[in-house]
Amino acid sequence: MPNFQARVLVSLRPSVLDPAGEATKSAATRLGVDGVQKLRIGKSVDLSIEALNENEARQKLEILAERLLSNPVIEDWKLEIYPLLSENLK
Amino acid sequence: MSIGVVVFPGSNCDRDVQWAAEGILGIPTKFLWHETTDLSGLEAVVLPGGFSYGDYLRCGAIARFAPVLNSLVEFVERGGRVLGICNGFQILTELGLLPGALTRNRDLHFICKSVDLTVVSKESCWFKTNANGDDLKLPIAHGEGRYQCSKDTLHMLQDKNLIALRYKHNPNGSIYDIAGIINNSGNVLGLMPHPERACDSLLGGTDGKGIIEALLG
Repeated sequence: MPNFQARVLVSLRPSVLDPAGEATKSAATRLGVDGVQKLRIGKSVDLSIEALNENEARQKLEILAERLLSNPVIEDWKLEIYPLLSENLK
Repeated sequence: MSIGVVVFPGSNCDRDVQWAAEGILGIPTKFLWHETTDLSGLEAVVLPGGFSYGDYLRCGAIARFAPVLNSLVEFVERGGRVLGICNGFQILTELGLLPGALTRNRDLHFICKSVDLTVVSKESCWFKTNANGDDLKLPIAHGEGRYQCSKDTLHMLQDKNLIALRYKHNPNGSIYDIAGIINNSGNVLGLMPHPERACDSLLGGTDGKGIIEALLG
């Protein structure tokens, strides 16, 4: 069965305060890098998943992203599925 | 009549709850390993504080898939009482038994102190025997206790009188100073403060007794 590589990016919804991001932003100034207007911290989850085809992989990954990897009350997610290596070689 | 206290890998207030319930109040208490599905014979179930499954991913995110929680959803539907304290509150929101979410404290600190609270929703079973009327002083100990929900959810909580407790001096940035909420039926209470740590005057207060006593109605 093909093995799909994917990445789920989880970010706090824009309306939710990100205190860790704020603290990191203020450290950027202390480092001497000014002009940072926005810094928000999220999560990146790399997965490798078996599925018959990309559609099935997407379905499985969407369930994971929505019900496990993110909490829809406070977080948004984005899914990236990478083309199969064998297809790249065609 | 007895109560159960769920033990997850990483729970650390389970014995405190047993001590308060059984040791001080004489309520027979048994521990429920997270893999059990048998909640028969129990009047109430407590989800205690701690760091279930290391709080990996998000607080309560992995615990919500524990087998015991499938049974807990049915238990709640049958009217059983469920008290979620701190990490237990986080698990109840992840599970969807209570709305909203608990997020990182506004100032990033882990806060460990006693706080003054106001009882808001008085109709539910949980605050009937509170000696001090509408005021409570209970300890909090959390890094992720900032209650968050959408405006619609907040209005719903207000309209249906589901806000159980509010902080008098908001320690963590929770929306509308919320420290605890109940579900529609009133049989589920989730709160960040620790009532089990306030059941003996030797420990600085007994304002938590009423909530623990309410487990048996």
